[in-house]
Amino acid sequence: MNSIENVSRRGFLKVAGISSSAFVLGINLPLSASQARSSTATQSHELNFFVSIASDSMVTLVCHRSEMGQGIRTSVPQIIAEELEADWAKVAVVQAKADKKYGSQGTAGSASIRNHFTSIRQIGAVAREMLEQAAANIWKVERSAIKAEKHFVVHTATGQRISFGELASHAAKLTPPDSKTIKLKSNSDFSLIGKDVKLVDLDDIVAGKAKYAQDIQLPNMLIATIVRPPVVGGSVESFDASEALKIKGVVDVIKLKPRPLPVTTNPLSGIAVLAENTWAAIEGRKQLKIKWQHGDKQSHSSKAFNKQLAKQVNQQGETVAKKGDVYNHSYDDKNTLEATYTVPYIHHAPMETPAATAIVEGKKCTIWAGTQNPQWAKGNVARELSLDKDEQDNVELNVTLMGGAFGRKSKADYIIEAVELAKASKRPVKVIWSREDDIQHGFYHSTSANYCKAELTKQGSADHWISRNAYPPIGWLWNPDAKLPSDSQLALGFGDIPFALNNLSIEKHAVDSFVRPGWVRSVACINNGFALGSFVDELAVKAMLPTRQMWLNLLGADRHVDPNKNGFKYSNYNLDLTAHPVDTKRMKNLINLISDKAKVEQLLPENQGWGISFLRSFGSFVAAATKVEVVNNKVNVLEMHTAVDCGIVVTPDRVKAQMEGAMIFGLSIALMGEITVENGQVQQSNFHDYPVTRINQAPELHVHIVESDAPPGGIGEPGVPPVAPSITNAIYHASKTRIRDLPVNKIFSV
Amino acid sequence: MIKITLNNKPIELDVDPKMPLLYALRDELNLTGTKFGCGAGQCGACTVHHNGKAIRSCITPISAISEQAITTIEGLADDKGNLGESAVQQAWREFKVPQCGYCQSGQMMSAAALLKAIPQPTEQQIIEHMQGNICRCGTYKRIKAAINSAASNSLVTAKSSKSTSGVEIFDASKQGA
Repeated sequence: MNSIENVSRRGFLKVAGISSSAFVLGINLPLSASQARSSTATQSHELNFFVSIASDSMVTLVCHRSEMGQGIRTSVPQIIAEELEADWAKVAVVQAKADKKYGSQGTAGSASIRNHFTSIRQIGAVAREMLEQAAANIWKVERSAIKAEKHFVVHTATGQRISFGELASHAAKLTPPDSKTIKLKSNSDFSLIGKDVKLVDLDDIVAGKAKYAQDIQLPNMLIATIVRPPVVGGSVESFDASEALKIKGVVDVIKLKPRPLPVTTNPLSGIAVLAENTWAAIEGRKQLKIKWQHGDKQSHSSKAFNKQLAKQVNQQGETVAKKGDVYNHSYDDKNTLEATYTVPYIHHAPMETPAATAIVEGKKCTIWAGTQNPQWAKGNVARELSLDKDEQDNVELNVTLMGGAFGRKSKADYIIEAVELAKASKRPVKVIWSREDDIQHGFYHSTSANYCKAELTKQGSADHWISRNAYPPIGWLWNPDAKLPSDSQLALGFGDIPFALNNLSIEKHAVDSFVRPGWVRSVACINNGFALGSFVDELAVKAMLPTRQMWLNLLGADRHVDPNKNGFKYSNYNLDLTAHPVDTKRMKNLINLISDKAKVEQLLPENQGWGISFLRSFGSFVAAATKVEVVNNKVNVLEMHTAVDCGIVVTPDRVKAQMEGAMIFGLSIALMGEITVENGQVQQSNFHDYPVTRINQAPELHVHIVESDAPPGGIGEPGVPPVAPSITNAIYHASKTRIRDLPVNKIFSV
Repeated sequence: MIKITLNNKPIELDVDPKMPLLYALRDELNLTGTKFGCGAGQCGACTVHHNGKAIRSCITPISAISEQAITTIEGLADDKGNLGESAVQQAWREFKVPQCGYCQSGQMMSAAALLKAIPQPTEQQIIEHMQGNICRCGTYKRIKAAINSAASNSLVTAKSSKSTSGVEIFDASKQGA
């Protein structure tokens, strides 16, 4: 249950910038139903999610999710404003600090809208109801005789109007109704949801005024740069800072404390140079002499490891899901296809490298950081400072804009570093990561191998399907003995294969870990989507069918697939399977839409080809189509399309922007994204050897959004998984060269 | 003491002459619109104008630009001196180019320098000039569209105001600032 409370009656006006407000409304968004509390237990100081209305009618809304470019600081307030009947021109947005009273602030898994759509609407609806009630009381009319309309409450019979500003002080005296009793608007009445509104941060960004974590400047602040152990699990054996300390501006050199496994979200330790300015810190760092103890991960070679994974998936693994029997079957070699696909370690490389600023004064700590997971960071900082449970709020974490994140900034390591150094130096400290630090000490998308086997049927489909994968699991972060991916990780485009098969075996393999694994935009959907999308294309080629037809045949009749029926505990991205079904009709619609819109079956010159792919992920359905040409061993990507069915669209232009971005992100993964590790050390260091897509490689892009009344799905990640296989499939159709091992630049120049 | 003209204002800096301009702007002058991206001149996030041309401030020692004119995103303006209203910035807003926005100061500075040098660039000229600016969010399509739009808008402006260049740099002296 959501408890919504009128906090203005208690004079609770803690949020910056809304001190003039007459009417402040808070709502508690529980993390899950099991953590729900009754509204009567809620105290004012525990309130969090706000609508506030000043007497001049300015509405201030709080965004409790973190902004990394997806536009959530527009979309969340837009949803509240919709139900509130607010005029978007009179809405201001305040960013929430880290506080568990907001419920989940973890901005990951494309979850903000898909998991919180209804609860976000309720806060606006309750506020509107109170404003309407206040007007009814003033006019002494029936509640049904009036309605809110664009920042006013209107008496429908007479047309008499009172502004929100005038009503604010009256509404503030009312008891909020139970959010469950408030009727939300019907989709057909939406005036903001589904419309493009002015983006909250656009003007500041264009003026160069937007503030990111790197931009924090405080009086007396030191800048810290850190040399970290080159191998995960390594530590400093000895160091000499004497030369570093001679550099003008260098104030101190501090050895960070060692961090034993499990890694969790911890820093890597190392030696920090603290200086009066960035340049001195960089110059000082160059003078450090450090002897490392590399530890037992120093034998790791990603190339050898990847080969080992490929071998592993050619063996039977541990069952994830099973239907019929694939092993007691005699495969007809002529009609059977087997393929092994590999993906290397991949790095996020957000344009803004990690940065955080902290002040520690005794048991009090103030932080400024861009973080996808403010509360996780806050909890870890509290532990770092040995704070008791009731002292957690001594940690004030101010959430800045993030200059890209893609999953990297879910982790709190850089924030904890700032806190550790601020505590040690007794001055405000800003920790900044160089690009080399970022690329060499990341939390990487795990290198992986996927294996697929299936036999073509006479009906132009396939059966006796085996899917296997092997990769270091995310769970290793918490448990150094973890070798198998969790069910929720296996749900990412692997355990939920939606095809109409009578015989199916989905299997996993146990794998050791050598680098820190992380969530990179769409996570295991990257490798699982690549394998699935490639294999369907290979089946189509073998069956001599258009790839579109193979997808349609494999998907079969319109139905809702329940992966639980195959013995797999399917988490469905924490979505209800009835409201968010694995719906083959919507899948087939997208396969057809992308094929038609991109005209993928058009006749092309001999060295050109179209490729398509599809994956349902994070509650949304996305198909991709790519046209390439292969000339003189060089791949030119000419044109890309995505078609997306994400249910109700809140901010259409940002959905479009996320799809455009996903195509470019997927292009980087497919063509050139590769982190290699030798002797346990990452070999890349900057954009010259970890290249990402540049404007000269960016093709013509098209986005097709399906109109839908279905509950919203995610949008930040689902665009990525079908992109890479659409590219490699296109390369096959242009050149007859099948790329099973990413990235493409191992074979072709790009 | 190193003297430069920054956003049309004379300033003096008492820093290590080897200090790259980027850190002088950000740490010493609190002009944080110019961003760190790679520290090696590879990504363009730190792009500013040096005598009207795009340079990477992360690899430009402050000593190299002594007595010369630097413009940052904070100083970009239309030909009447209205800050933030350059043709490029208007087009960036119109096409809603930014996602996270972090690289966009550098993108806009590169684009403004391009239009100053070539008021009506071809697609190929845009691509060549903008290749040094990485956007990890993938806003390239909109960057191209915005540059094309700024070019045609400034063509209109140029015709009407008889100005020769598409993008003017803010002149603080004209503002009495």
